[in-house]
Amino acid sequence: MSDTTATTIGATTEPEGPQLLSWDSRARRVVTIYVPLACFLVILLFPFYWMGITTFKPNSELLNYKDNNPFWISSPTLDNIRKLLFETDYPRWLTTTMAVAFASTALSLVSSVLAAYAIQRLRFRGSNYVGLAIYIAYLVPPSILFIPLAQVVFQLGLFDTPFALILTYPTFLIPFCTWLLIGYFKSIPYELEECALIDGASRLQILRRITLPLAVPGLISAGIFAFTLSWNEFIYALAFISSTEKKTVPVAILTELVQGDVYHWGSLMAGALLGSLPVAIFYSFFVEYYVSSLTGAVKE
Amino acid sequence: MATVSIRSVRKAFGSTEVLHGVDVEVQDGEFVILVGPSGCGKSTLLRMIAGLENITRGEIAIGGRVVNNVAPKERDIAMVFQNYALYPHMTVRDNMAFSLKLAKAPPAVISDKVGRAADILGLTPYLDRYPRQLSGGQRQRVAMGRAIVRDPQVFLFDEPLSNLDAKLRVQMRAEIKDLHQRLKTTTVYVTHDQIEAMTMADKIVVMHAGNVEQIGAPLELYDRPANLFVAGFIGSPAMNFFKGRVESGAFRFDGAQLPLPRAAPGVNGASVIYGVRPEHWQLSADGIDAVVHVLEPTGSETQVMARIADTPVVCAFRERITAQPGESIRIAPDPALVHLFDEKTGVRLN
Repeated sequence: MSDTTATTIGATTEPEGPQLLSWDSRARRVVTIYVPLACFLVILLFPFYWMGITTFKPNSELLNYKDNNPFWISSPTLDNIRKLLFETDYPRWLTTTMAVAFASTALSLVSSVLAAYAIQRLRFRGSNYVGLAIYIAYLVPPSILFIPLAQVVFQLGLFDTPFALILTYPTFLIPFCTWLLIGYFKSIPYELEECALIDGASRLQILRRITLPLAVPGLISAGIFAFTLSWNEFIYALAFISSTEKKTVPVAILTELVQGDVYHWGSLMAGALLGSLPVAIFYSFFVEYYVSSLTGAVKE
Repeated sequence: MATVSIRSVRKAFGSTEVLHGVDVEVQDGEFVILVGPSGCGKSTLLRMIAGLENITRGEIAIGGRVVNNVAPKERDIAMVFQNYALYPHMTVRDNMAFSLKLAKAPPAVISDKVGRAADILGLTPYLDRYPRQLSGGQRQRVAMGRAIVRDPQVFLFDEPLSNLDAKLRVQMRAEIKDLHQRLKTTTVYVTHDQIEAMTMADKIVVMHAGNVEQIGAPLELYDRPANLFVAGFIGSPAMNFFKGRVESGAFRFDGAQLPLPRAAPGVNGASVIYGVRPEHWQLSADGIDAVVHVLEPTGSETQVMARIADTPVVCAFRERITAQPGESIRIAPDPALVHLFDEKTGVRLN
């Protein structure tokens, strides 16, 4: 025992022989942890970096790689952002996108909580099949579903209104959130609900006072997913909205900032950068809950 | 406080019947323990009393009122679960007050009842802690406190001590018994541990494979087990059994013979199972030879694992044993304390 300890200490302070790369040696940590992490970080963050520098580059610099370093800005400008904010309907697109994302997320979360609770806890006859059917509904791609949905949207007179999106996004959000929440509800010990039942709580009281407070990490991660999916949604927003001022950010920057074969790269990137900020801020608030919902169950 | 009557209760999950007609009467203020091996249906029966499982057939009455179709919250019962089922997001105080808040009790009453229960259970310093900040024993007490504040007609316990370590289990056992003696609330308690059953119960219900094998006071079950199952289940170490025949006034097996109990009429010539508890063997020069295999001195007594002919036997002696493994000792059962069972049906014969 003492020999082993002595060898380990020797290996860290005076590396020699076959124990050169013991687990806690600095070299080993660099090779196995920091180098892969650094590669991962570069690959992940480079698109954001590119988006950032393009936003602040003047057009002359953007189009002339020979005289300018493509990875750096020599004379930064706010022109692209000014153009985006004051010469287009961008602020309006942003508020529309946010409103649609919030409304459809809220609608989907409420429906999913009730659906997931019923499927997981009430165990009514055929509940498993209902769960399966909801999952299968999720597998129908939006690129097929938007055709019949267009018919519905037209007949309800919702075309070119935010409600066309608020009411169609749940078609893919509810199945997704329901499945995520079924899994989370499953991790909450059933005895807690039985105990509450004996304590005199009704089903709704149990849901509100026991299950939901314990499922907060699950609700937050479902909410974040739903919000991001709504925020980034493209095909329904493209099909169901036609007026420029009612478009959402992903559709608007593509249809309004690409004119014919002219790409306004600076404004496009500025639009993408500003458009991704709210989601990033939203994530940063809840990242701890998000991680705990994916890694751990409810512990007493 | 109330009586609990379980009458011809059956329970089936789909086509599988797990309780085959159970009858138990629990008197007002009585401490009844349902005991049996895993899968015998004891927890299911308790959950049926609580209203967490439907009753397939038969009826359960609490305080004279049939509760088959009464919701759990209207049965006026409190239950302590095996894993305590404390609400993790509430403090000890809120956990204990939850049922009172649901019943819309005035805040002064809630605080008074919670305070009193915390006092009884020694939980006052922990009222503002969360369950995760408590030890196993403290959590167990909170679960009991939650039951006490409701002042129910019946307490139900579902293996409440099985998650505790051995020392704490003994301590909590005494605390639960003490609590029952103070509150005198009718209690139904489920356990698979026969020591727990023996030490705590006023009345034990031994269950096996969905049937009640015997109901009686702890010592009654120990002294006069109704059948082979109860005889083997109650008592630790378990009773020794020998298979053989009764011939000319003695029990014979493997070429050896043992004395018959006095009250065993009409068994001559029958194939029987002869049962002796380990503590009912005596060292006796007139006894039969047993070859010692293992000696286990515990201080207060010595347990001896030995063999009589080919049959293993466990004996527990108060006196110190000097014999070494491989040596023979002569032992004899106390004939007054011997049990005889029918070989085919397992029913007690004496």
